[in-house]
Amino acid sequence: MSAETLVQILYLISTALFILSLKWMSDPETARKGVFSGVGAMTLAVVGTLTGVLATGGTHYWWILGAFALGAAVGYPLAQVPLTAVPQRTALSHAFGGLAAGLVGTAKFFLYYGQKNEAALTPFIVVALVAEILLGFLTFTGSILAAGKLQEVKWIPQRPVTYPGQNASNLALFGVALGLGVALVLHPLAPWAPYAFGGIILLSLAFGVLLIIPIGGADMPTVISILNAYAGLSAVAMGFVLNNKLLITAGALDGSSGLILSVIMCKAMNRSFFNVLFGAFGQTTAASGEGEQKAYKADTVESAAMVMEQANLVVIVPGYGLAVAQAQHKVREVYDLLKKKGVTVKFAIHPVAGRMPGHMNVLLAEAEIPYDDLLEMDEINGDMPQADVVLVIGANDVVNPAARSDKNSPIYGMPIIDADKAKAVYAIKRSKAPGFAGIDNELYFLDKTFMLFGDAKAVMGELARKLAGEGGH
Amino acid sequence: MMLLALSEHPAPAAGGGHGELDVMGALFVFMLATFIGVMVIQRVSRLLHTPLMSLTNAISAIAVVGAIIVSAGKDYPGYITALGLVAIFCSTTNIVSGFLITDRMLKMFKKQEKVAK
Repeated sequence: MSAETLVQILYLISTALFILSLKWMSDPETARKGVFSGVGAMTLAVVGTLTGVLATGGTHYWWILGAFALGAAVGYPLAQVPLTAVPQRTALSHAFGGLAAGLVGTAKFFLYYGQKNEAALTPFIVVALVAEILLGFLTFTGSILAAGKLQEVKWIPQRPVTYPGQNASNLALFGVALGLGVALVLHPLAPWAPYAFGGIILLSLAFGVLLIIPIGGADMPTVISILNAYAGLSAVAMGFVLNNKLLITAGALDGSSGLILSVIMCKAMNRSFFNVLFGAFGQTTAASGEGEQKAYKADTVESAAMVMEQANLVVIVPGYGLAVAQAQHKVREVYDLLKKKGVTVKFAIHPVAGRMPGHMNVLLAEAEIPYDDLLEMDEINGDMPQADVVLVIGANDVVNPAARSDKNSPIYGMPIIDADKAKAVYAIKRSKAPGFAGIDNELYFLDKTFMLFGDAKAVMGELARKLAGEGGH
Repeated sequence: MMLLALSEHPAPAAGGGHGELDVMGALFVFMLATFIGVMVIQRVSRLLHTPLMSLTNAISAIAVVGAIIVSAGKDYPGYITALGLVAIFCSTTNIVSGFLITDRMLKMFKKQEKVAK
């Protein structure tokens, strides 16, 4: 068997394992098998590539080994971050993925250019190269910025940054990049080609920044998903450049995953891709808080505890505030105490709760809350009128009834958790200021709603103490 | 010049698939893989969307294949090798952290009876 056949067989098995890996993610029971299968697939891919390289007389093995070791040394601590920091870790790894693709594309172009390799720089390859570096470098800077926003790094503006003519100037720059790309396809070996290529790199780096600065925190789940898709597509483009079907397949799997997650996130916010990327959410909306001064009705934790003890069904709606306050373990205590008193407790999880898809599920799973009690919005909404108490923890827009009723609201049409249909609502809120999107929440002003002001962790801790009967009656 | 060009492209196929570029074949693979991806991912439990994303992060670090090919090339200029090595570093970071954190998260998802002692 020739080395090439062996390589292709290893790649074939690797591809199958990657597909199985994602298939096993369909159920929490089999999901860990998916990870092992993915590790196996990646090992085969690396072994196969090294085999191929060895057979054709490659060099620099010690350097390659060193790069592996360094990557592993940085990767290991990145996997140990607290789970509240998972969104920024994910964004950071999109950045690494984008950078890798961009660098390989750059290397390939300058290699072929240096060799005056006309046969290699076919129009198809050049298109793929341009796509690879465009997506790769855009993902790189965009994800770094997204990670910075999520980490709340000081010099990165948290609020969306907008200015007049933003979309028009972005579009004009994109036109320039496109023009450079077309010129490269036509004359890949022209003396100016390296400059055109360099120009596309710089523009791609700029696009990443320009696309992310107008985006606010509430849109992060969608943006992270889109960046995920871009990282995958840049791997696909690399596969076209290298004529490597394993790269094409694995990249396509990643790309379709990012795409599906973005679609789910967009649907959950009733917005289009276009609107997320170019709409600068949150900026226009802050002004809508006009009208009469409404008053919150605050209540004590003690009476909240008493009401919850008497309830049959308590539904907890977690949001980003829970993650910020690291309140998941206190939530677990309350969950346990209520269960012990015979109260049914369910969690209602909105698709865009938190800062990335599935963020809340992971936090609550970390606190050892069984996943059978974590329900999706659609699963629980039918039961909401039966809920005696809804406890909203650090969530805002996802329970705002304005999404159903107020046509002028920026979140109008967004599917929400029907907290307002429950018999009573308790909402934990850090301050009296409006939520991230800057919109007033009518839910908080209903007759049946009581506010518990304070840090989510502190309030939940006190609630747990009252439920346990300490310092109470 | 010509020799270099030849050694790079049409001849040896092993370096991870440097064979004759079959554009249509590659596009077919892309199309089929996308459909498989969409169908498989649609069935992923919503509970697991965060681990899913970190898993696909690790999977997209398949770029390591391209990075190795670029780094290991004989007689390539030094800066090409350097770009490849940085790309290997980035991809390996994603492979290691992606798989590890996915597994770490998945271990936490427990059913009712397993939690209650």
